Amino acid sequence: MTNAAFLVDLVGSASFWSAAIRIATPLLFGVLGALICERAGVLNLGIEGIFTAGAMAGWLAVYLGAGLWTGLAVAALTGAAFGLVHALLTVPLGLSQHVTGIGVTLFATSLAYFTYRVALPNVASPPRIEPFGPLDLPFLSSIPVIGPALAAQTAPTWLAFALFALVALVLARTPLGLALRAVGENPAAVEAQGLGVHALRIGAVVAGSAVMALGGAFLTMSAFNAFFFEMTAGRGWICIALTVFASWKPGRALVGALLFGAFDAFQLRLQHQVGGAVPGQVFLMLPYLLSIAALILVARRADYPKALMVPYFKGSR
Amino acid sequence: MIRFEPRTRTPLALRLLLPVLSVLAALALAAIPLALAGAPVWTAYAGIATGAAGSLFALTETLTRATPLLFTGLAAAIAFRARLFNIGAEGQLYLGALAAVAVGSGAIALPPPLVLPAILVAAFAAGALLMLGPALLKTRLGVDEVVTTLLLNFVVLLFVQMMLEGPFKDPMGGGWPQSEPILPEGALPPLFERMRVHAGLLLALAAAIAAQVLMGRTTLGLKIRAVGDNPAASRFAGIGITGVTVTVAVLSGGLAGLAGASEVAGLKGYLTSDLSRGFGYAGIVVATLAGLQPLAVVPAALFVAGIFVGADTMSRQVGVSNYVADLIVALALLCVLVGGLFQRYRPRWS
Repeated sequence: MTNAAFLVDLVGSASFWSAAIRIATPLLFGVLGALICERAGVLNLGIEGIFTAGAMAGWLAVYLGAGLWTGLAVAALTGAAFGLVHALLTVPLGLSQHVTGIGVTLFATSLAYFTYRVALPNVASPPRIEPFGPLDLPFLSSIPVIGPALAAQTAPTWLAFALFALVALVLARTPLGLALRAVGENPAAVEAQGLGVHALRIGAVVAGSAVMALGGAFLTMSAFNAFFFEMTAGRGWICIALTVFASWKPGRALVGALLFGAFDAFQLRLQHQVGGAVPGQVFLMLPYLLSIAALILVARRADYPKALMVPYFKGSR
Repeated sequence: MIRFEPRTRTPLALRLLLPVLSVLAALALAAIPLALAGAPVWTAYAGIATGAAGSLFALTETLTRATPLLFTGLAAAIAFRARLFNIGAEGQLYLGALAAVAVGSGAIALPPPLVLPAILVAAFAAGALLMLGPALLKTRLGVDEVVTTLLLNFVVLLFVQMMLEGPFKDPMGGGWPQSEPILPEGALPPLFERMRVHAGLLLALAAAIAAQVLMGRTTLGLKIRAVGDNPAASRFAGIGITGVTVTVAVLSGGLAGLAGASEVAGLKGYLTSDLSRGFGYAGIVVATLAGLQPLAVVPAALFVAGIFVGADTMSRQVGVSNYVADLIVALALLCVLVGGLFQRYRPRWS
């Protein structure tokens, strides 16, 4: 098969796009969560640990007999709790967002691993749960390529799309969204309006962290159906890079995450295609290298929220 | 109502006491999940203490574990002081280790007395080179170095795995992906007979003293601190921010690279892809515990190493998961960050 024919075949196949959307789903949650935090002025590097904790908590709840939606709620609450830790340390106390975020990642990851080991002291292979099944919506099947690709997706993917629409709407069209954006650009102006800068920022970090944790839960409850150590594999850091790439805009974040998923699905197919001619690690490196490349690409025109990583104290400017 | 007002200077007693109090707070906080898990908290903590320092052997094991943490702790301390957040020590450690086996396992013919120096130089250079990219991206394009160094950690680990399955694979390794062993003349010798603690520890302590002199007594150290405290004022004072940042990147990445060389040449003898148990990330905790002071990195590294070594022993005896060590260390980082506030601000009741 020629290279061109291989590409045409791939891009025209529903199974490729179905894989792309599936791979993109955890990133959709992660990038949306990071975007909510950062638009309010707080960088949340706890994301990698929140992914891990969400993955573990959601999976454990279902493993212990809870329903899948309850599991998602448990994951979101877990994420919110770690988000609260990050928010309290970085917003009212104004500690370094970089170092605190790394600390939250180490804390959330170690607590998740510890809890997993306590819950399952002696297991050889990670126990599986019955995951979310495809949500076959009848009206989709008539659309070519994209229809079947979407029909193969599970409920959390649709939840991610819905959350994107909701967050985009809230940010662009509501007083709350305006206040959130303002608190990331010019907190003094928000205070002058009589709104609480700290309350808004804490709320945004807690909500954003809950959304991030859903991305982790997708891994254990829809993709791999079990919890493994180091299963998040840097997806959180990739989301932080994607947020910069998307210029903190929900629409671009959605497209960016989907493109990233498509690229990842593509490299997986390519890996099959070339067989053992190229070491597998070369392909596995690509997502990380692509994230760095994306950061370099937008570096010159990155339009950071003006007050990102700048702590705010009442009466100071 | 409590108010916090800035301190003009921090009493020495407070500077010494706060890390200790922060660590105690971390131990208290970690006791909550331990108790919830139904573990005997006092037995577990006593087990960690005796496992870390209860015998001569335990002490030497703690010193062995502290060796890479000294290097990665110093790497973080110097970089963070200049506000260059190098979170890539894990990757730099692995690339340093790879460079060490590349020059030290006999593939390149060297006179025997030059093998060990070549290993150290190659490991330093490899780590430094790896940190140079993120540092230049930061100074030239404003790309956040935290994200690039974090992402590079994954790239480097995959690269090392690829090398260990390819050109670096030991044909005598029984099929395992491991490198050829370091030549005997390239080894960092053990300090005592039948103990694992090796000359890498002395090298790390020398590095701590050198770093303390550099940061406290030289013009470069002054510039590094100035750039960290106030970049805008430094630029106004005519300090070349790019030059300082690049120098710091080289020193920091190089020190982390030496951690890798010390582990392969002093402890393991060859490279595998599980050489580090998160030493790069633990270095951040060590540096923060030390208040970014190079000499204070020594007790901080000993503490973190003691927790890890002690938890391994305790876990075998008491049966509580050794992830409690990671938990204590992570909580110590967060507690020290909060404790640092009391160093900079004075609480006032009003």
